[in-house]
Amino acid sequence: MENWVLTWPQYQVLLTGLRGTLLILFWSFLLGVVLSLIFGVARLSPREWIRGAALVYVEFARGISSVILLFIMAIAIPILLQVGQAPLLMLAAIALGINMGGYGAEIVRGSINAIPKGQTEACVALNLSPTQRLRHVVLPQAMRIILPPMGNLTIEILKGTALVSLIGFGDLMQQTRNLIQSQLAAGVAGVTVLFVNVLVIYFIVAQVINGLFRLGEWRLNKRFEERTGRSAVAVGEVHA
Amino acid sequence: MSGTTTEPEVPEVPEADAEAKLAYEPHKKWYRRPEVVIPLVVVLAGYVLLITVDPGSQRYRSAFTADPDQRVDWAYWFHLVPQMLTGLYILVRATLLGFTLAVVLGFFLALGRRSTHRWLQLPVAFLIEFIRSTPLLVQLVFLQALVRATPVISLSVVETLVVGLGIHYGTYTSESYRAGINSVPKGQWEAATALNLSPVTKWTQIIIPQAVPNVLPALGNNLIAGFKDAPMGGPALGVPCLLFFANWIRADDFRPVEPFLLIGVGFLMASLPAAWALRRLEERIEYERE
Repeated sequence: MENWVLTWPQYQVLLTGLRGTLLILFWSFLLGVVLSLIFGVARLSPREWIRGAALVYVEFARGISSVILLFIMAIAIPILLQVGQAPLLMLAAIALGINMGGYGAEIVRGSINAIPKGQTEACVALNLSPTQRLRHVVLPQAMRIILPPMGNLTIEILKGTALVSLIGFGDLMQQTRNLIQSQLAAGVAGVTVLFVNVLVIYFIVAQVINGLFRLGEWRLNKRFEERTGRSAVAVGEVHA
Repeated sequence: MSGTTTEPEVPEVPEADAEAKLAYEPHKKWYRRPEVVIPLVVVLAGYVLLITVDPGSQRYRSAFTADPDQRVDWAYWFHLVPQMLTGLYILVRATLLGFTLAVVLGFFLALGRRSTHRWLQLPVAFLIEFIRSTPLLVQLVFLQALVRATPVISLSVVETLVVGLGIHYGTYTSESYRAGINSVPKGQWEAATALNLSPVTKWTQIIIPQAVPNVLPALGNNLIAGFKDAPMGGPALGVPCLLFFANWIRADDFRPVEPFLLIGVGFLMASLPAAWALRRLEERIEYERE
């Protein structure tokens, strides 16, 4: 049986890579959330052309493979638009963010649909503008339904960030490749052990993300119960 | 632990089915209903055909010089289409084979997960969770390193991709099976026990027929998700599929725009109809269940 633990310098290299992974996860998550909110709401717009445009975006983002989108973004788009070489971080974050936005928009749409009609009708009766209605009434309630699938989606995006190593961004996977190169040069075996460690690191990060979303869910539910005096579970079951 | 076990999608709101006029015949056995048997035969025949046809030459090269003054040379673009289709075909075949493996593997994983033995159930649950929350790319490269380090096993790159996809999506299908079985109402289990049915009769006559309509759409979702993950086998392992083709042409001709945009279009041409067919299936099943 081989030794399953790496040396500290190796872990230092991996941690540098982890920083790149988290950086790209952060930016693509941010872009993904913004896109999902915009297009999720746009898919319920009363205007037909807005709904159609949002549908085209969602179908495109959900239909294309994230790795192909990543390569198009990193290789074809800069040359097609003649913008020169943009930073890889930005290109990768845009590609992953577009991908996440497509799935997120459907989550947002489904959650808004799950909010009882009476809430919207009450807003109309109170003469709130559509923006106020969304901002103060519908979205805060939809948020509790959005969070659990959004957590799963974030873990999917974390898994997607490994792909950016294929276009040469220095994430965890790329640093692993670098380590392998140096190991091969030094004639040291044990590539499989290295990958097991990398997999465990990804697993831990995924569990941390999972925990953060659970925490957010718990806090939202607590606040909801305090303010309305209703049990959050009973309302959540409307959706399920 | 179970946070990642549900699918990220929110179920579609069923729309009014245009074919709601169709006769509703749940009393007929499924193999006597043409609207079930005909699509099934078509899908199976298509599957066999896709798996057995030889992809032909996998050497990608362009015998055509693009006009350097044009940003997108359409003649060059259309000249690349047949080679792109070869790459797409290899991709589809690897996905289908991997998914077949996943369907079988997922069954055993679901059995292990439902086992009453703690020493079997807990490791299987952990394994499923572990594989589901780590990137397929790392798993593929790990698998390749493992195969190379083990002298007994030898897998080609396509086989590595198939096995990697099969294991990764096997965990997803096992969760789909589990969700489908759990969605059978409790009263059905209790009634089967009350009628003193044997376990075999209970499963084959009561549970599985009611679980299948719930499992099928989830399986379709997994298939499409697998199809979207499969192209990474090109740059990661060297499978001669879409991205491999585009990289090859780029290295040959220094024209990145056409091949990369072409594989994007080609991929959408395959994945959008698949997603549409799946939505139809979901609507049909939703209609029958009401």
